[in-house]
Amino acid sequence: MTKKFTQTHEWAEYNGETLSIGITDHAQSLLGDVVFIELPKVGQSLHAGEAFGVVESVKAAADIYAPMTGIVAAVNNDVVQNTALLNQSPEDKAWLIQLIPSAPSEWDQLLSLDSYLSLFHQE
Amino acid sequence: MTQKTALYDQHIQLNARMIPFHGWFMPLHYGSQLQEHHAVRTSTGVFDVSHMTIIDILGPPARQLLRTMLTKDIDQLKHVGKGMYCCMCNTHGGIIDDVIVYQRKPDNYRIISNSATKHRVMSWIQEMNNGFSASIQHRTDLSMIALQGPHTFNILSSILSPAEQDALSTLAPFESFERGDRFFARTGYTGELGVELILPDEEINTFWSLLLNAGVQPCGLGARDTLRLEAGLLLYGQDMDETTSPLESNLSWTIHWTPSERNFIGKSALEAQKEQGIQRTLVGIALKDPVIMRPGQTLYDEHRPIGKITSGSFSPTLNHTIGFARIQKDHLNPIYIDIRNKKYIVDLVHPRFLTSHTKGS
Repeated sequence: MTKKFTQTHEWAEYNGETLSIGITDHAQSLLGDVVFIELPKVGQSLHAGEAFGVVESVKAAADIYAPMTGIVAAVNNDVVQNTALLNQSPEDKAWLIQLIPSAPSEWDQLLSLDSYLSLFHQE
Repeated sequence: MTQKTALYDQHIQLNARMIPFHGWFMPLHYGSQLQEHHAVRTSTGVFDVSHMTIIDILGPPARQLLRTMLTKDIDQLKHVGKGMYCCMCNTHGGIIDDVIVYQRKPDNYRIISNSATKHRVMSWIQEMNNGFSASIQHRTDLSMIALQGPHTFNILSSILSPAEQDALSTLAPFESFERGDRFFARTGYTGELGVELILPDEEINTFWSLLLNAGVQPCGLGARDTLRLEAGLLLYGQDMDETTSPLESNLSWTIHWTPSERNFIGKSALEAQKEQGIQRTLVGIALKDPVIMRPGQTLYDEHRPIGKITSGSFSPTLNHTIGFARIQKDHLNPIYIDIRNKKYIVDLVHPRFLTSHTKGS
């Protein structure tokens, strides 16, 4: 499955039915050790670009934004119990939520890996 | 121009995340600041603190210069090697810096001050020295590291000479000794047992490598901040500055009012403040909810804002957020903080959050 990205450092993986969402390795390295995480509840509806949670590291708090519009189908309790997972495996084990997208064409708006990486070579 | 310490290449080799810090490239962490914090609390960690300012003040006029500039009386350093922590104030009683000063020999003193205040402190000392003409030496040829943690002395026993180990074992907190060009002081900024060492730049890399080979964890500024906060230690520029008095910073104890004939800079302003009554106090704040308090956040009682968080972070040892705040003494209880538009009631606690850990500091 291809991963796509947002300007706000989320990654998304779409299997045609559900969208898995997390934060990128770049984001976790900027944040440092994550200590708290606030995630939405299953059943909550989100709009693309809307903040759906907060990741708080010792250094700073950062909002997490929905890459696509949809309903929350699953929340990763492993990450809530063990926030260090976000630093260790941000793009694999530490997926944050799964969404059922209501506007699948929004997937085309997301960034490819190359486009995402080129963003911070300019920063 | 941002400077590199003599240990810079070592930090890069260890994959440290480097950040610019008051004119110096310093390691923020070497992978995980939480892991580094725990290493200092449970075994030993080492910090490159070569960004701090080392100023030697020499000659017969040094004593009176320091008696004029510092809130404590330098005459209280009754023997060679003894050191003390105190403030340097301006004429309004505002704090220019907090410093540690050691007597190396009669007429030979060493001040350690913060990197944030380097220029201000150097020009202030030069200005005060006009009437005294002591010799002032800014020691840019020296590097400093802090070895901190319960296993500090075990680690050093495998590295130091028998004579050095012997001298080290007799040191009380805030005392120092020197052997050749090595300066050792029983001080630290973590609340743990520890030693700060000053060595010439040419020797620091070898010594650092010996420590790492002995199993010491390199630690960066991230861990340094959470460790000192837990231990109740203040950070200049955040918890106090030239607009705050020692009397509203939990630093009244750093003032020697006697002998009354000693007139130090800021004394009359501080006496006037005492007379009028101090309105604000620096307190410890704790919150068990899953959020982190940050500097600048406002505290309220039910009627009004009563002050702000000066230092706020996460305590890895206690596993919740802690901070210091300067608040109005006449506040009501309970006290609230607003974080991301949600109100939380906070606990007022003693600023030494880890009382069982503050042995030996």
